[in-house]
Amino acid sequence: MAEVELRNVSKIYEKNSFKAAEDIDLKIEDREFVVLVGPSGCGKTTTLRMIAGLEEITEGELLIDGKVVNDIPPKDRDIAMVFQNYALYPHMSVYDNMSFGLRMRKFSKEEIDKRVREAAAILGIEEYLDRKPKALSGGQRQRVAVGRAIVRKPKVFLFDEPLSNLDAKLRVQMRAELSRLHNQLEATMIYVTHDQIEAMTMADRIVVMNKGLIQQIGEPLELYNNPANKFVAGFIGSPPMNFIEAEIRGSAGGWFIETETLKITIPDYAAGNGRKSICYGIRPESLTIKNPLPGESFIKGVVDVVEPLGDETHIYINSGSIKLLARISSDLKMHTGDKINMVPEPRKASFFDTETGEAVIP
Amino acid sequence: METDLIKKRLNYKQLDRIFSHFIMISVLIVILFPMLYAIIVSTQTLREYFQFPPRLTPGSGAAANYHEAWTSANLGRLLLNSFAISISVALGKIILSMFAAFAFVFYDFRGKNVFFIIVMITQMLPLPVRIVPSYGLMSSLGWVNTYWALTIPFFASATGTLLFRQLYLTIPSSFVDAALVDGASPLKFLWHVALPISKTNISALFLIEFIFIWNQYLWPLIVANADSTRVIQIGLKSLIDTDAAVNWNVVMAGTVFAMIPPLIVLIIFQSSLIKGLSLSSNK
Repeated sequence: MAEVELRNVSKIYEKNSFKAAEDIDLKIEDREFVVLVGPSGCGKTTTLRMIAGLEEITEGELLIDGKVVNDIPPKDRDIAMVFQNYALYPHMSVYDNMSFGLRMRKFSKEEIDKRVREAAAILGIEEYLDRKPKALSGGQRQRVAVGRAIVRKPKVFLFDEPLSNLDAKLRVQMRAELSRLHNQLEATMIYVTHDQIEAMTMADRIVVMNKGLIQQIGEPLELYNNPANKFVAGFIGSPPMNFIEAEIRGSAGGWFIETETLKITIPDYAAGNGRKSICYGIRPESLTIKNPLPGESFIKGVVDVVEPLGDETHIYINSGSIKLLARISSDLKMHTGDKINMVPEPRKASFFDTETGEAVIP
Repeated sequence: METDLIKKRLNYKQLDRIFSHFIMISVLIVILFPMLYAIIVSTQTLREYFQFPPRLTPGSGAAANYHEAWTSANLGRLLLNSFAISISVALGKIILSMFAAFAFVFYDFRGKNVFFIIVMITQMLPLPVRIVPSYGLMSSLGWVNTYWALTIPFFASATGTLLFRQLYLTIPSSFVDAALVDGASPLKFLWHVALPISKTNISALFLIEFIFIWNQYLWPLIVANADSTRVIQIGLKSLIDTDAAVNWNVVMAGTVFAMIPPLIVLIIFQSSLIKGLSLSSNK
């Protein structure tokens, strides 16, 4: 069993009183795969390093397995960490790199050998044990770095952007491998990345961070369908959600936003409370190209760029001064300059307060 | 047309080669001639040496010269002294500057940069400038005419500290983090990670410092000129300081003896130096 709990944890740098992470309140359950995601400088790596003990905690408490570990050095926290640049010692063989932590902990030779070979078998790197890191490919080095963590059999695995140095194809492959590994090891894993696709595909739960603050915690699809604010809505999902900011018109039961090229009805819950304007959010796949029925919401636009991806096509649309992106079937042949009508799926729309960016929910 | 161009280019290449070889060979002659001449003279009898025009071929007095140099100046003892001192200083410098650089890079302490600048400043004051206070210090410690005076003052090395510091700055911070997570203490990190990475630096520093200390003249002359602590460079001088005419052939024989240890060190460490350099460029 290994739970990790952060209670109002903050990291404030003395020099410029910069808050790298603020009031992080998070409980990670045993065997959970939690991904911290956010743009660079959002505090996700700082948070991970605080869990590892590599960064001092300025405020708050960190508990591993119910025990406060704020003042316990990294080596005694029973964690293992995989680094972005793998941190493999260049002068040591793969075997020595993997066994380094165990040797430091004075494990017996037999036990070390058993664990290294076990881990190597899991990762399929048995043939490389005698090689030096520089004789390995990026993917192999990545595996060794993971292997170095596995042999320790830690309570918690920490990953700091482990896939960002790999090429796109390998990244997809390693993603699946790490997910499989998580199931196989039944370990608690905390994973930091800036890539929301990695977060979506691997996580049991995602923690979205921005500017040192947690924006939302939830399961991948929950974040995708019910983002808590505009930041999460724009960050999760690729291509990102379209936003239209406009003044609210009409009256109860018939609220709408309108420009020269669009008219979209707004439900009462989003328009009420004397709100003057609203940020309307719609995902690219929720825009359908068709002529609107009378009274139906519509967006008129001109196709700007067409990106055929094979299975689907992304089209960039200028609707007046508003820029939108739509995902459409690749069967629809579109060309730059085409004038089109689109109908947004009403149930898939999100609404955000124009000032706070918070989601407006029924 | 095209073949002309190729020919031209070929000629240019050849010219280039000839020219660079010419330069290299001339530099080599300038550097090597004194050494070769010393070796040649060391084999000549006095008569052969004073011939005019000077002889540039080995003579017949080699055995006698070397024997005389060895016995009259007690060269065996001098060489041993020099060798022991050079090795201790080179090792001392390496160990001390490695620890210093390790502290400067991996520890945070108040005034770190000021201390580093102070260390660098010591480099700006050459020995002759500080020789009087240094001698005073040695004398008040009672170290005059002891091995201590010849070794300990040289252990601190700004060059070495700088060299190791620059190397350690290139060690990714994640290595340190990984070691912390793995439970390696700072000393273990130094031993298992920093030291193996420093191999090239260590060879380079050993080579430079060994030869530097081997060639020291002023300091040993002043601080340790007793029979027991005398070093080779001073001993050679004693071959010249005779009332009678100087036997240059014998002096040169002594010089050749003095050249051998640094040459051996050079040969040993040169190979690992080149290996280290080629390794780092392959990364």
